Amino acid sequence: MAGAATQASLESAPRIMRLVAECSRSRARAGELWLPHGTVATPVFMPVGTQATMKGITTEQLDALGCRICLGNTYHLGLRPGPELIQKASGLHGFMNWPHNLLTDSGGFQMVSLVSLSEVTEEGVRFRSPYDGNETLLSPEKSVQIQNALEMTKRDVPGFAIGGLSGGESKSQFWRMVALSTSRLPKDKPRYLMGVGYATDLVVCVALGCDMFDCVFPTRTARFGSALVPTGNLQLRKKVFEKDFGPIDPECTCPTCQKHSRAFLHALLHSDNTAALHHLTVHNIAYQLQLMSAVRTSIVEKRFPDFVRDFMGAMYGDPTLCPTWATDALASVGITLG
Amino acid sequence: MKLSLTNVVNGCRLGKIKNLGKTGDHTMDIPGCLLYTKTGSAPHLTHHTLHNIHGVPAMAQLTLSSLAEHHEVLTEYKEGVGKFIGMPESLLYCSLHDPVSPCPAGYVTNKSVSVWSVAGRVEMTVSKFMAIQKALQPDWFQCLSDGEVSCKEATSIKRVRKSVDRSLLFLDNCLRLQEESEVLQKSVIIGVIEGGDVMEERLRSARETAKRPVGGFLLDGFQGNPTTLETRLRLLSSVTAELPEDKPRLISGVSRPDEVLECIERGVDLFESFFPYQVTERGCALTFSFDYQPNPEETLLQQNGTQEEIKCVDQIKKIETTGCNQEITSFEINLKEKKYQEDFNPLVRGCSCYCCKNHTRAYIHHLLVTNELLAGVLLMMHNFEHYFGFFHYIREALKSDKLAQLKELIHRQAS
Repeated sequence: MAGAATQASLESAPRIMRLVAECSRSRARAGELWLPHGTVATPVFMPVGTQATMKGITTEQLDALGCRICLGNTYHLGLRPGPELIQKASGLHGFMNWPHNLLTDSGGFQMVSLVSLSEVTEEGVRFRSPYDGNETLLSPEKSVQIQNALEMTKRDVPGFAIGGLSGGESKSQFWRMVALSTSRLPKDKPRYLMGVGYATDLVVCVALGCDMFDCVFPTRTARFGSALVPTGNLQLRKKVFEKDFGPIDPECTCPTCQKHSRAFLHALLHSDNTAALHHLTVHNIAYQLQLMSAVRTSIVEKRFPDFVRDFMGAMYGDPTLCPTWATDALASVGITLG
Repeated sequence: MKLSLTNVVNGCRLGKIKNLGKTGDHTMDIPGCLLYTKTGSAPHLTHHTLHNIHGVPAMAQLTLSSLAEHHEVLTEYKEGVGKFIGMPESLLYCSLHDPVSPCPAGYVTNKSVSVWSVAGRVEMTVSKFMAIQKALQPDWFQCLSDGEVSCKEATSIKRVRKSVDRSLLFLDNCLRLQEESEVLQKSVIIGVIEGGDVMEERLRSARETAKRPVGGFLLDGFQGNPTTLETRLRLLSSVTAELPEDKPRLISGVSRPDEVLECIERGVDLFESFFPYQVTERGCALTFSFDYQPNPEETLLQQNGTQEEIKCVDQIKKIETTGCNQEITSFEINLKEKKYQEDFNPLVRGCSCYCCKNHTRAYIHHLLVTNELLAGVLLMMHNFEHYFGFFHYIREALKSDKLAQLKELIHRQAS
């Protein structure tokens, strides 16, 4: 968890968030983050670039999609290429040539996913590297040291990360914990919900009062041939798309949808040309960013509850067919579906 | 389509092919190369990243081996492969095989030729072949031909003779079918010169193919390695001497810089650009110099760099005699080597490609070590741009009669 603050630092931490609009029914907010590498509109989805790269797409492509903040990963970068090299390369921004904002996490998720390689001691978490078997101690000091070298922010992040919730707990528990967290957190600071990225989850958690999200799902699922659309996803490798000459989504403005058909992407996915994966990565990131942008606009225009209903209708065929946990979560903040 | 030669220097043809394409307003420079693609897409690259590259050739190469299996889809699509792959403005040449993948022998008959796709073998008679071309609607296509002689060693003269006979028969049948179709008449058939290593058969193939109304010629069976090419150079000269001057000559399977120059000197106009792709796949970057007139300071720096790199490559070759590293040429550097871990220089100093303008050797090294997809993207962008730059310099050298200097520079760097 990043940025757990004491009372004193809460009062002295700089305000990095400006609220622009709030939903009068739910806890949804639209805002702006004022960060060292530029302003970021919230709610925001942050694509994950674990190893100083956004899997297969250039920073120019990412910038062209409108992304202004993405994620790096302390644990992985701490091993390869290591903090000393990053420092020599003028920081992570310099190393990967990303002009906008970067958020790095503290390695907490890796505590869960690499559990067989780790051992929690009083000093910190001792990892055995999956690459070469060497041991690394990820102590709080070292974790912070790595983060500093990576130029995340050189002071405490004056916001709150809600973590430990994407490890497989039930959706019913999940939304209740999110709601509980947001109810306790100050309104004027950003709430970053870690590891959440499915479209439905994003919309619900915005309603519950979260501002920032990250998840590997959209980029990972792209590399498996799955394209995200308002009705769910298209498994483009399937034969049904062989002769489908329309774009992934006719409403999408991304370069993939502007130039290519489902049929071509289907053919390319069955070849050994990695370009297929990159087309889908571009589209899926665009989908996530466009979704967040549409959410934000609806909050600003005071029609977020209607947006939620339309969204659920498109996704599930009818707003009332939305999963129970989501219906309950939305109801808890005053949004009814149907 | 019209080929006009500006100059012929030492056997090298410098010129332009004009009035190309469906609209008749494209031009290609010769000597030149074609953009290598896999399943209709430059390897690793989307439209955005492809267009970051300077000097992309006007004509792209498609391979039937990657497209034949999509025949039905393309037939239903109706609008041609150019539009299907998202390259409607590009000129397109369709070859039979992928120059990078070797073709298994034993699959050509008197009536059919097979190509090998990801899905398996696709057998094509003349009518199926032409039906596929009708669906593809490329600007140029390699005629159905028997190139199997180049798949095997020590082929009998009988088999060589057969490859010439079959290829001519296929050509005549394809031309006949073309006459019956308005759609097919919009594409240009490239006649294929076969004949293996038998001079007599090569000459026969060249003379007979030249009698037919083809738009250009493909010199098949010269693929291999620099050593095998060396032994075939005389054959190559004799073949091109038989061909009309006003039609383009393509060669398949030859893409290395030193081999390219040898072939240009023997009357070849157009090459495939798969060499930069192969370099990319082994995690390497092209660094060979082709600026035969750099400023003196640069020359010294480049020479020192090149010499050191040649030494290192030799060392690596001694250590790693198995695996694909064996094929690393001295035209490139291997970014996986530990010495690049903290090298914050661009791949090639002075290179104007996206990768060199935005990234460092250290970063590429990191991407390779962590198995990241972006390594292939960035390396492909650099390697294509470097390679297309080389061809630009060939044309410049021919314009200013400096080919000897360029040749010397390249040969100094060939191992």
